[in-house]
Amino acid sequence: MKRNGPGAKVNGADARPSLTPGVRLGRVSFVWRPWTAGVTLLLAAAAFLLFCLSIGVGDFPIGLPRVVATILGGGDRVDQFVIMDLRMPRALAGLVVGVALGVSGALTQSLARNPLASPDILGITSGAGAVAVFLVTVSGGTAAAVVNSVGLSAAALAGGLGTGLLVYFLAWRRGIDGFRLILIGISVSAVMQAITTWLLVTADIRDVARAQAWLVGSLDNRSWDEVRVAFWGTLVLLVAVLCVAFQFKPMHFGDEVAAGLGVRYSMVRAVLLLCAVLLAGVAVSAAGPVPFVALVAPQVAMRLARCPTPPLAASGMVGALLLIGSDLVARTALPVSLPVGVVTAAIGGPFLVYLLVRANRR
Amino acid sequence: MATTAVERPLPGGTTEARRRRVVGLGVLAVILVAATAASLAVGARALSPAEVWHGLLAAPDSDQRLTEIRLIVRTVRVPRTVLAVVAGIALGVGGALIQGYTRNPIADTGLLGVNSGASFAVVSGIALFGFTNPFQYVWFAFLGAAVAGVVVFGLSSIGRGAGNPLTLALAGQGVTVFLAAMTTAVALTDKASLNALRFWNAGSVAGVGFDVIWPVTAFIAIGLVLALTTLPAVNLLNLGDDVARGLGVNIALSRTVGIVAITLLAGAATAACGPIAFIGLMVAHVARYLTGPDYRWLVPYAGLLGAVVLLVCDIVGRLVVRPGELDAGVLVALLGAPFFAALVWRGKFKNA
Repeated sequence: MKRNGPGAKVNGADARPSLTPGVRLGRVSFVWRPWTAGVTLLLAAAAFLLFCLSIGVGDFPIGLPRVVATILGGGDRVDQFVIMDLRMPRALAGLVVGVALGVSGALTQSLARNPLASPDILGITSGAGAVAVFLVTVSGGTAAAVVNSVGLSAAALAGGLGTGLLVYFLAWRRGIDGFRLILIGISVSAVMQAITTWLLVTADIRDVARAQAWLVGSLDNRSWDEVRVAFWGTLVLLVAVLCVAFQFKPMHFGDEVAAGLGVRYSMVRAVLLLCAVLLAGVAVSAAGPVPFVALVAPQVAMRLARCPTPPLAASGMVGALLLIGSDLVARTALPVSLPVGVVTAAIGGPFLVYLLVRANRR
Repeated sequence: MATTAVERPLPGGTTEARRRRVVGLGVLAVILVAATAASLAVGARALSPAEVWHGLLAAPDSDQRLTEIRLIVRTVRVPRTVLAVVAGIALGVGGALIQGYTRNPIADTGLLGVNSGASFAVVSGIALFGFTNPFQYVWFAFLGAAVAGVVVFGLSSIGRGAGNPLTLALAGQGVTVFLAAMTTAVALTDKASLNALRFWNAGSVAGVGFDVIWPVTAFIAIGLVLALTTLPAVNLLNLGDDVARGLGVNIALSRTVGIVAITLLAGAATAACGPIAFIGLMVAHVARYLTGPDYRWLVPYAGLLGAVVLLVCDIVGRLVVRPGELDAGVLVALLGAPFFAALVWRGKFKNA
């Protein structure tokens, strides 16, 4: 099989059908790529290792073997308390949010056939952010009462979903074109940011600090309750994606090929897009709009796994690695403890620029 | 329409067309004067034309009510009106110029990271040096805007992607998100800068005195003069670099002058008002619709339109959420983003 270099994919349109023989198990068929599978397993192992390391690091350091033992049910009572009650929610939130953002990014990039179509750029995260800031800053009034009763996470999820749908419908014109989708996303994103800014101007300064920390993406002070919702939500969505994705081989071959394969195509595509938006929404509801993970993870996974398009599982693993790693850096390596989003933006901004420069060099 | 290379008109056009453009310019100027008058009269306390006139011209006297009016007009209404006009012209001309130089109908100074560069610089200035007066951090904003603008502009003009609307928008987005996160990092560790930032960040022409407006106006004036000298070259550059070179345009020089002019205009406006996006993009498209693609006409139209739009948004912002105010920058974004989306939807931007 002639493999295109990753650079050749940067505008996404020329992914070629693989010539590798497929594997068929009943109704399910897929292409067996030993390299991709191996890389995915390695990434999963690395993510687990970093997860344990992140739990071990802190004011009360715990060695790696003890962390693993405690997670598996052993350990003394102090270890159990520190690990399971204090540190686990944060680490687990990092893992879940990272996986959700990675997979969400891989899906949107595949569907738009553009490596730059990530939930942050499509406005999904800024929509969720606007709703959440509304919740944090506005108290009193019927709207606030309604939002308060559903909770921050659910409100952010609804905001992300609503914005995602808005972008999708605004970009719809005899089909979805990746280019139009991104530009519409940028403009909707700007509206959401304007609303957020206005909310911040009118709010009390103490609320502003809270909202601001949330807006950049943070894993501070997670509770088991929040993490549980995000965990199960992500799990259900991942299973749904897995079921649908197998039926969606024409995803990368362009609209003409897909149109030739019938109506089901656009339905499946809409379902996958919905899953991508929901995954991003769950991630935002748990950690705030952590920037760039959804953009960077699929691109890194694609290069590591040597796939022509972003691989779903490996993207999720890279997302988890990125987020947990960034959180570790944000907590320990910097002079002041900062929200994780600051670190991911510091990595992601230059990476986006690198993608652009590279795409232009072709 | 005007975004394709085939529809370039003859320079100057017919006499009839020229007369129509002059009349149009006059109409716009009249609208601007009317908006200026409205801006002086409208607000938390509505004033009659006679009262405004009195407030502007009368010498101080003992009448309590008249002294109050004089105070409102001179210290509140006049500065914000002047700033809206000056900044509006700067943003309009800057937006039209940047579209001309990049040959990119999506270009807008706000989308180019100019805003986020200025925000970051302002926050850093407040956190590092404890600035409290806009007059102090205006210079930082200026510097930040200039650096970010040049970086994004440079990134998006490397290689084959130059002139692709998407490249520019995304380079701007990348730099914006990066700088926004850095800004938050600083703001979260320093409460004073967080508080200053949130007001500055909304984009408003209110609350700035003439001590800030004069230096900003000076920069904008220099930017406008540079912009005017370069207009014929922009027309030729739009025929393509090779043609322009063949017709005797010094491309490197003309680009440099253009970037300096754009940075002066956008940087100064952003420094005084905070980030206001989309206005240059909007008015450049409306101006192109009105005048056609000749930049010698398009740019003055865009300048006047920019001033009108910013003034009207500021006036509307004073009226809609009384007794509070909605910042002009927020209104411009609420107006500009759907405008932008409509342009996208109608296929004005082609993926090059």
